[in-house]
Amino acid sequence: MKPRPNYFAGAGSIIWLLIVLVPIYVMVTATIQTQQGYASAGPLSLPSSFTLDNFGALVTGGFLTYVWNTVIVTVSVVAIVVLVVPPLSYAVVRSRSRGISLIFRTFLLGLAIPAQAVIVPIFYLISVAGLYDSLIGIILPTAAFCLPICTLILTGSMRDITPELYETMAMDGATPMRSFFQLVLPLSKSGISTIIVFSALQAWNGFLFPLILTQSASTKVITLGLFDFQSQYGVNIPGLMAAVLLSMLPVLFVYLFARRALVQGLMGVGGK
Amino acid sequence: MKRPTTGRSRHSGGPNVGRPGFAWALPATVFFALFAIVPLIGVAVMSFTSWSGLGSPEFNGLDNWNKLLSDKVMMQSLWLSALLTLLGVVIQTPLSILLGVWAAGQQKNRAVLSAIYFIPLLLSSAAVSVLWRALLDPNFGIPGQLAGIFGGDGNLLGSQAGAIAVLTFVGAWQFTPLHTLLYQGAARSVPPVLYQAAEIDGAGTMRTFFSITLPQLRNTIVTSGILMVVGGLTTFDTVLILTKGGPGTDTTITPYYMYRKAFQSFDFGVGSAIALVLVVIATAISLIMVRATGYDKMNSAQEGI
Repeated sequence: MKPRPNYFAGAGSIIWLLIVLVPIYVMVTATIQTQQGYASAGPLSLPSSFTLDNFGALVTGGFLTYVWNTVIVTVSVVAIVVLVVPPLSYAVVRSRSRGISLIFRTFLLGLAIPAQAVIVPIFYLISVAGLYDSLIGIILPTAAFCLPICTLILTGSMRDITPELYETMAMDGATPMRSFFQLVLPLSKSGISTIIVFSALQAWNGFLFPLILTQSASTKVITLGLFDFQSQYGVNIPGLMAAVLLSMLPVLFVYLFARRALVQGLMGVGGK
Repeated sequence: MKRPTTGRSRHSGGPNVGRPGFAWALPATVFFALFAIVPLIGVAVMSFTSWSGLGSPEFNGLDNWNKLLSDKVMMQSLWLSALLTLLGVVIQTPLSILLGVWAAGQQKNRAVLSAIYFIPLLLSSAAVSVLWRALLDPNFGIPGQLAGIFGGDGNLLGSQAGAIAVLTFVGAWQFTPLHTLLYQGAARSVPPVLYQAAEIDGAGTMRTFFSITLPQLRNTIVTSGILMVVGGLTTFDTVLILTKGGPGTDTTITPYYMYRKAFQSFDFGVGSAIALVLVVIATAISLIMVRATGYDKMNSAQEGI
């Protein structure tokens, strides 16, 4: 079909582009200015001064500890998700047990359970387990709350494997274990990379669990660092912007390489 | 949507040999139960107790609920949550359908542009809120700069209407890209045959959109709507960082009030009761939306495709 220009949608998309780009422009130009320079030039103007001190201040201010903590949390959450979601999704797609279909429905319902709703009992649980103010205490609930969406994404991707392939494997006498490793995993690589990107994004950007479940500077993650920084130095806008930019750089980097996986996963949730 | 939806296990024949058993689902299920289902029961139980964070929770019957019923801030918070959610849905739905359908098309530069569109999706709510708070700073922000041209004091967060407008705008800025993606995916999977038929019939852009694209997107409208409602009702980080519930209690929405009660006043029983109200409302709305549209049936019909 020939592309038909849709001027209305095109105009809308240009306006949206500006709405996204203007704040990003202000953020990036603010980070390379001194506080006085930013104040005198104003957010929308061209930079009137140049400095890299804003980033230097973050490094000396302990921001790198927060980055490191966030890396640990993110890697652990991804590891848990990758360990438990593929077997569950495989069972959901291939099993005929009513129990498993019930479990899948529970997970789907779990999509609607907001973290705030259960934060008090989780706080209690983590305190009783002696995990309060530890990174493990953040990792476990964060991973658990990634499960519903990741399961939804991966079952969608595993359903694309044709039943004939399973039946051929079964006829050859393959056990579920062999089918899983030799058929399901290789064919759902794209789905698995999607859930990796997705759970990494959730863990990297997590805020509520760290806010409630940790308190020391040594267990602080980036999002909490941003929050603290803003309460303490709210007027140092270039400094704040540098922190925001630093917090999103790794994600931006992943996005450049894994955009397809992220986008396909998100589409899988609402598409089809 | 090609095969009957119920009785999948009885209709689609074949041996059960080589199919995974219950054990495959066990690790994820136990893990999820421990951190989501058990706490969900826990929050219901704790709403009938008093606990200050020290010692053990003690049963206190309906005390928390009685307190909440006569609590003006609680009632106000529910109304504010509903308002912010509604504003979010009303603004983001048409915008994301428009952008999604556009991004699904075949324009030049579409890939580059839609990559930029989705940048807000990458930022955490904390980063988004800190960014916008800095951008909207009354002294050094954009409104201050524009106030010189358009007038006004540039302090958008200083009034209730202004704060609500800011929260709605920032919410849309952050989440429209997500919904745009959903609609882009759905718009792409509309069978091209339908558009070819429309072209043969001489239908214009508008006609094609309303007669083909929109009806084909109805599943996605439901999914996206549920995500918006649940997301709107549970907005928290943005309010904590942008307005701290203020001015006064003017933007104290229910999740933020729950946080204040539980983790600032250390009244975990009342906090749990508020949380339970949230769960019930969010789940009820999701279920109603799913049932009313028959979406659950459509969804399970996808099995085996």
